[in-house]
Amino acid sequence: MSFIPHTPEDIAEMLAVIGVSAIDTLFDEIPADLRLKGLENIPEALSELEVTRLMQARARLDRPLLNFVGAGAYEHHIPAVVWQIAGRGEFYSAYTPYQAEASQGTLQVLYEFQSMMAALTALDAANASLYDGASALAEAVLMAVRANRQTHSRQVLIPRALHPAYRRVVRTLTAPQGIELIEVPFARQTGQTPVAALAEAGIDECAAVIINQPNFFGVLEEVDALTDWAHAHKALAIALVNPIALALLKPPGEWGAKGADIACGEAQPLGMPLSAGGPYAGFMCCKREHVRQLPGRIVGRTIDRDGRTGFTLTLQAREQHIRRGKATSNICTNQGLMLTAATIHLALLGAEGLERVAATCCAHTRLLAERLSAIPGVKPCFSGPCFHERALSLPAPSAAVLKALVAEGILGGFDLAQDYPELAPALLVCATELRTADEIALYAERLSAILASHR
Amino acid sequence: MLIQERSRPGRRAPAQAPLCAPEPPPIPEHLRRSSRPVLPEVSELEVVRHYTGLSQKNFSIDTQFYPLGSCTMKYNPRACHTLAMLPGFVDRHPLAPEDQGQGLSSCLYELQEILKAVTGMDAISLAPAAGAQGELAGVLMIRAYHHARGDLERTEILIPDAAHGTNPASAAMAGFEVREIPTGPDGDVDLAALRSALGPKTAGIMLTNPSTLGVFERKIQAIAEAIHAAGGLLYYDGANLNGILGQVRPGDMGFDIVHVNLHKTFATPHGGGGPGAGPVGVAAHLAPYLPLPLVERAADGRYRWLTESDRPQSIGRLTAFGGNIGVLLRAYVYARLLGREGLGRVAKFAVLNANYLAARLRAAGFTLAYPERRVSHEFILTLKPEAKAFGVSAMDIAKRLLDYGHHAPTTYFPLLVPECLLIEPTETESKQTLDDFVEAMIAIRREAEQDPELPKNAPHHLPVRRLDEVHAARHLDLAWRSKSSEGDHG
Repeated sequence: MSFIPHTPEDIAEMLAVIGVSAIDTLFDEIPADLRLKGLENIPEALSELEVTRLMQARARLDRPLLNFVGAGAYEHHIPAVVWQIAGRGEFYSAYTPYQAEASQGTLQVLYEFQSMMAALTALDAANASLYDGASALAEAVLMAVRANRQTHSRQVLIPRALHPAYRRVVRTLTAPQGIELIEVPFARQTGQTPVAALAEAGIDECAAVIINQPNFFGVLEEVDALTDWAHAHKALAIALVNPIALALLKPPGEWGAKGADIACGEAQPLGMPLSAGGPYAGFMCCKREHVRQLPGRIVGRTIDRDGRTGFTLTLQAREQHIRRGKATSNICTNQGLMLTAATIHLALLGAEGLERVAATCCAHTRLLAERLSAIPGVKPCFSGPCFHERALSLPAPSAAVLKALVAEGILGGFDLAQDYPELAPALLVCATELRTADEIALYAERLSAILASHR
Repeated sequence: MLIQERSRPGRRAPAQAPLCAPEPPPIPEHLRRSSRPVLPEVSELEVVRHYTGLSQKNFSIDTQFYPLGSCTMKYNPRACHTLAMLPGFVDRHPLAPEDQGQGLSSCLYELQEILKAVTGMDAISLAPAAGAQGELAGVLMIRAYHHARGDLERTEILIPDAAHGTNPASAAMAGFEVREIPTGPDGDVDLAALRSALGPKTAGIMLTNPSTLGVFERKIQAIAEAIHAAGGLLYYDGANLNGILGQVRPGDMGFDIVHVNLHKTFATPHGGGGPGAGPVGVAAHLAPYLPLPLVERAADGRYRWLTESDRPQSIGRLTAFGGNIGVLLRAYVYARLLGREGLGRVAKFAVLNANYLAARLRAAGFTLAYPERRVSHEFILTLKPEAKAFGVSAMDIAKRLLDYGHHAPTTYFPLLVPECLLIEPTETESKQTLDDFVEAMIAIRREAEQDPELPKNAPHHLPVRRLDEVHAARHLDLAWRSKSSEGDHG
């Protein structure tokens, strides 16, 4: 198929204006020995109908599973309005809003998004999104090291009860700048990261402490004490939070005596489909005094020549197209379309709707944990208070159990044995507002049967 | 008006949340939120009207010509969107087992093969979430390669002064020092300056070809030879790949590493600033360092995802899961729709359009920055003569173009050329659209001559007049606050 509109007459007229006889002549500055004969290894073109058949056949290969996994990507109801509107061509096919006057729609959406995230986190400022939650956390670490004027330390405390993939991403993106990540253990009984564990890291000062609420196990941390410890040790407090949980939990800006300095997280639960892992969107908020260290795009409200309100990208002097090698980060695009969806999603839900989603997820996960824990040998790993995920220990190898569940059409949880051998065999499970009581009962029944056959 | 300002206490869009709230969860009091965040309280119809209204305040590819140089704004085929959103793909949890995702994996594997074919590289990872993350992955691989050989003294990355700003920023993020290489008067890299910058500290060079000056770097083979002789690697910035697709491959020019902006060359939507995707390709000697995960086809024909245990020398993971899968699927569908022939045609018509537009503007009296060179898929006009004669800037003309219904070209980039517009029409625009643009440019220059206040005060016909960027930076207003919360966090 071709999306090229040229007729033979167009081509002839255009070549005449240029003054060449053939399109190939236009490539005459390329050394002849480099010119390609053709693109081997690429299949012939398909019609739209043929591609449709191909993709439908492949999509059918990927069997839908009844999903009880969260672990950083959450299946929530996405109101029909969200993508009907976010998918409009004027949002979908627009570019980064460099010409502000021609991009007021995108710019206002970004400003509304920043406002909503600042409200949710109780911080002063937000950027217009980053790639995903994990890379946003890495950027937060880099930002904290830049912004911290009290210490020259390049050490950052990172909880072991933090998503294993997030820890890997933070390492990839911060190690080249000489940042040292010091892992802080969790308490085996509660699943929380104790303040005492921070002290045991054995350092007088550090650049930042990452505080994860809820943590990877779904357990709620004592955020006030952790934040105060960070500030007492000249460190900035970086909050990693779930935006749905912020409907019910104390916002980072109110943690401890002074509040967390930076908050970041994964915006996927706000209207983004699971989509096998992306595209998602990272968000980042901070206190006013750190705003010039905030990476990525930022939209500001301003006025036009007639004094009317309008919106434009601002603080661009921090960015790569102006400061180049000295920019706050190399991030050029953000995840504009994804947070257009997030903004519409939050507008539809409002604070009360978000609270209902959060409370329903908590209730469903609680029910799931109760049902599963009633099976002999299954019990909660931790005693700490939880949000909408639970770690459960099993009486049989978790990988084999998960495989047997998949055969029943159930995606039964995240296998904690891979990254936390000390907890094995154990699963991390989640039931969002989408899971019904019947589905939860079905899971319990199948798990019970599978475990019985293992005995 | 902001959605927040449409809010009325107690107004709801009730169909969108679970019908009734269950018992509040047993969260300890000191971890609970004490007051509700101030979010909009609006009806569903208000939401639909508000955001539909905002969409209408945007220029976009679906509504306007968007000749934004180096950004490659071409048509985003709708089939790509529809087919990437099939339930088997869009509802899939990233941690679902790979034997239940063979359909998705086969698409991604084949996309890797297609990207190998068009770049001339030996291996591809689809992991980077955007072009700039692809750049970062590229320089991290340069670092990993040298370190693996015990070559720890290579601390410098060379970058031409015309390069995209992300290049130096990515190199700095990867812990390198940046050394700028000047451009010669003909638009090619100053080879003598490059040679004198090479040495034992050279880790590599970041180049794009065609360059952002809109010309093909003719001495690329000599550059590659010189860098390799000095022990450095060549990194190709794929931002301009659309201009050579099917005509010449980075791998054949001597590049060791390539990134591809799928949202540019493979026509996935820009979405108002993302999501993009920036796969990286490498020559065989760099394959062990590719970012994770990547898809492999096993001997039995099954697809599997390679992880840390398969690739211990990998630079690691860049996002939590497998990258921007939804974007990758769109690119795959695009590539299958165009096929071998169609992908080979892309650059021909992108270059035809650019040369035609340049020839017509030149004939109309505008000044090309590099008139003696063949135009690639994009070209630079310098409006210095107009600025001098009429006192109007390139920005004034750009803003006036908006009134004529065309998005402005890239302004003031590359930085080397004064009062410049970087114009890239792409292959999906018709001759008629290009002719309209030329007529608009001619009309605006006439205005500049006869009534310079007209372009200087542009735009006149958009939702807002010229916006005050200095005001925005001096009076930072980054988030709306309700009257009642002003005292709390202000």
